[in-house]
Amino acid sequence: MAAGSDPELRSGHGLEMAMGRMLQVGVTVAALVVLAGGILYLHQLGSAQPDYQRFHGAPAALESVHGIVGGLSHFDPQSVIAFGILLLIATPICRVIFGVVGFALLRDRFYAGVSLLVLVILLFSFFSKR
Amino acid sequence: MNNLYFSAALFGTSILAGFLGAMTGLGGGVVIVPALCLLFRVDVHYALGASLVSVIATSSGAAAAYVREGFSNIRIGMFLEVATTLGALLGAYLTAMVSGNWIGVIFGVVLLYSAWTSVHGHEARPADHPVDPLALRLNLRGTYPVDGRQDEYVAEHVPAAVGIMFGAGTLSGLLGIGSGAVKVLAMDQAMRLPFKVSTTTSNFMIGVTAAASAGIYLSRGYILPALAMPVMLGVLVGSLVGSRVLTVARVKTIRLAFVLVIAALGIEMIFNGATGRL
Repeated sequence: MAAGSDPELRSGHGLEMAMGRMLQVGVTVAALVVLAGGILYLHQLGSAQPDYQRFHGAPAALESVHGIVGGLSHFDPQSVIAFGILLLIATPICRVIFGVVGFALLRDRFYAGVSLLVLVILLFSFFSKR
Repeated sequence: MNNLYFSAALFGTSILAGFLGAMTGLGGGVVIVPALCLLFRVDVHYALGASLVSVIATSSGAAAAYVREGFSNIRIGMFLEVATTLGALLGAYLTAMVSGNWIGVIFGVVLLYSAWTSVHGHEARPADHPVDPLALRLNLRGTYPVDGRQDEYVAEHVPAAVGIMFGAGTLSGLLGIGSGAVKVLAMDQAMRLPFKVSTTTSNFMIGVTAAASAGIYLSRGYILPALAMPVMLGVLVGSLVGSRVLTVARVKTIRLAFVLVIAALGIEMIFNGATGRL
């Protein structure tokens, strides 16, 4: 792979700019969904007592992507918040996908491969059983 | 204290944590976990889950501002992310085998270490040094704006940096933090990148590293949506303000202001972990 000539450096920076914008949009959408779920939650359960001192895990439905999306259909507040959190987790993953595509477009095969490897590691975290 | 007041108090605390985290490049997690455990008496594993979510928010939220400045290096970041994500998988896996008290003690040590690096931070280095051929082959280089012109830099000590990054990833997965201090160490001290390139590239990498642990945290029930909500939103607000201040403030002043808070929290975490209160 060629050492970075000037035009390549510039297009590399363009890739960064595109990634930055994508992250910004992703985080904004995720935060709005979490906020909506939070308002719903505090409206319904705001006067209940918090119970976080002892660990007993999250409700089973909130421990998987499938369960969270299922809870969305009846506007369960915690599922809405959890869905926002999933969107948030997706932003860095999208960033890596951006890297795969972006480096491929720059004809930087080595870094397209590196990005792909990072993507595989990330997906392993979500689709492997503990 | 009911859910409404609890969430409001947590939101306020999280704004402060996000602000400090973004300004120092350490991430909001190093403040949020001790705050949740010590102030709000939240179980350690729940605290890790909420913190990890906020860490991703900090990283992604501030990235846009950092990118505009043109400091971060995407190739170096992506290259080192292979090591940090693998480490994060290991760390997240270990959380189930290590008790909350032990996590507290390790957390405290990392906090003290972060405080120490803040004081003994980077010194000016001689500009004349041999170029690492491995770094050139991997294209681990870039330019950095100094006084209106672009200065070139090339990474050094690449294998050492990869090793440190694996460790940073493991700590990130084990402690629900971004491990910004260790990442900056690898890039600033081992690779000898310009300091702002290190901190902003570190910020960029933190979200990806945290995402690697997030899947495992989710399936283990560490991420409680109602708890994570005020933390994530607060840290996001704080980090957006902090990243704006970062580009105008003097780095040294920020570090000195932050070091006392971090060190105090570290001692507090070690004490509580060692006496079995977490």
